[in-house]
Amino acid sequence: MELLEYGFMQRALLASLMVGLAAPAVGVFLVQRRLSLLGDGLGHVALTGVAVGVLTATAPVGTALVAAVLGAVLIELVRARGRTSGDVALAVLFYGGIAGGVVLLSLAPRGQATNLDAYLFGAITTTQASDVAVFAVITVVVLAVVWMLGQRLYAVSDDEEYARAVGLPVLALNVVLAVLVASTVVLSMRVVGLLLISALMILPSAVAQLVGRSFRSTLLLACAIGVVVSVAGTAGSYYTGTPSGGTIVLLAIALFLAVTAGVTLREATARRRHGRRAEVHATHPHEHGEGCGHRAVPHGDHVDYDHDGHLHAPHRTVSGIHYDEHSERAVAAPPVGTERP
Amino acid sequence: MSDPALRLTGATIGYGDVAIVRDADLTVRQGEAVAVLGSNGSGKTTLSRGLLGLATVLGGTVEVLGSPVGRLRERGRVGYVPQRHTVSGAMPATVREVVGVGRLPRLGLWRRLGPRDRAAVAEAVDAVGLADRLDDPVASLSGGQQRRVLVARALAAEPELLVMDEPTAGVDAASQMALATVLARVSAAGTTLLVVTHETGALSGVLTRAVVVDSGRLTYDGPLAGAGPAGGPDCHHPDEPAAPPVRGYRLDQPRPAPDAVRVRDGSR
Repeated sequence: MELLEYGFMQRALLASLMVGLAAPAVGVFLVQRRLSLLGDGLGHVALTGVAVGVLTATAPVGTALVAAVLGAVLIELVRARGRTSGDVALAVLFYGGIAGGVVLLSLAPRGQATNLDAYLFGAITTTQASDVAVFAVITVVVLAVVWMLGQRLYAVSDDEEYARAVGLPVLALNVVLAVLVASTVVLSMRVVGLLLISALMILPSAVAQLVGRSFRSTLLLACAIGVVVSVAGTAGSYYTGTPSGGTIVLLAIALFLAVTAGVTLREATARRRHGRRAEVHATHPHEHGEGCGHRAVPHGDHVDYDHDGHLHAPHRTVSGIHYDEHSERAVAAPPVGTERP
Repeated sequence: MSDPALRLTGATIGYGDVAIVRDADLTVRQGEAVAVLGSNGSGKTTLSRGLLGLATVLGGTVEVLGSPVGRLRERGRVGYVPQRHTVSGAMPATVREVVGVGRLPRLGLWRRLGPRDRAAVAEAVDAVGLADRLDDPVASLSGGQQRRVLVARALAAEPELLVMDEPTAGVDAASQMALATVLARVSAAGTTLLVVTHETGALSGVLTRAVVVDSGRLTYDGPLAGAGPAGGPDCHHPDEPAAPPVRGYRLDQPRPAPDAVRVRDGSR
């Protein structure tokens, strides 16, 4: 592999591996909480931190982390107040962040400010050796917190009112999630870019939720997808000479569209085939189950219910449950459209 | 068993500074099974939310399990079934995962679910009759089954007080029966029940006492039978049959129109 011979490429690929793993791990909670754009906002805020780092000649990764974490805590406190002005306060913070970053960077000595593009959209040549170490620490911390508090973050993201009623520390968990997002934003500032990181949090989760059955499997799948598009996009941008962040995001979008099309097609085909093979009780008046009043008849790998002489097989679909006619004959050799006993 | 499960003294409950329930006095002993009845907008949901710390106590006192509601440390002792028709959030989740959330309040700040918790989750799911759906995505369940998942989530916490908001509204008959069975069992085990509802329907065999809320005031407190056949003297269902609609028919008979088993005014 030619691209692995270059130090900058090794560092870029390492950084992309870490951000690809961490971004979807916090992104699934943002999607669950319908707060997809929090990462975007914190990316704006982080830019001010970057500018402060450039101006004061300190490592911009550290100052960006401080700015993003402060912004994250502030956002959650404003949200917790629950006033209508919260929305406006967020806008002030977000646009203040990016405007402050742009203005401060323009004050930097000539030549420095041209790096703005790299911070916003990612570049493969910019990852420093010291960055990789910081990124590794951030990644380990983010993944450890998600592993430890994932069930609680899920609870709060899924049903905040219930979490509050049963005494989970809702505000603290929301702050933890926001700080995780802020840390992940900083992780992105080399290869993905502060304006594009939100896509790497959200899109792998959006793909995974189309095919996942459990929250856990969705989270793991999202991380796997994140790693693949992130590393592939970074490697691809080496050959095409395009900004790595944009390349990664376009890859993720392509995957999202392909999976959406695939799932839609599969469902349509399954529905059509199903409609041909069996009598469909689309508007079955009640649900069979324990204590429904109908005799349960074990039938191969499932249980049918004897409904006035018809064997009804419960059948789950995306839109709910319906019932097929399962006579013995029909299952042994399903003849097309002739299933009524 | 010395402290009452609930004690409201001159309690005024509302949101912000708007009072919805005014000057309520109510004592519920541990182990009682109480229906909170009333029409839409009567304040019965606000009353229950006040007990959960979700609405503000503006005056008087509200004590839950012996502590003022704002200072109840172990909120996990209270189980809550919200008024929601579906469970599914944006991301897929299995029945096991949703019900597992019910155990979290017992686990402190950071501990993960252990073997004991997983057993309680499986037990709670079994209690609501969904043991065969434990690892299915909740989105694949019917509305009534999803409501039972929310009940299982509350049961998994093994609460001392169980507050339920409209658990039977819009739920199919099989789920209503499963619900009545499980509530009878937890009530017999000593759990205090507080069920906010329009109509006691399938649950009238479990609930023994009724409190009627009308325009923010408690207007009746006594045996369930005395609260009127279809949800209390102030209930606005004059056209309903005297017998609770759900209990009255058997599943293998022709079904009445779906409306008869639903709450009629389409509450959320």
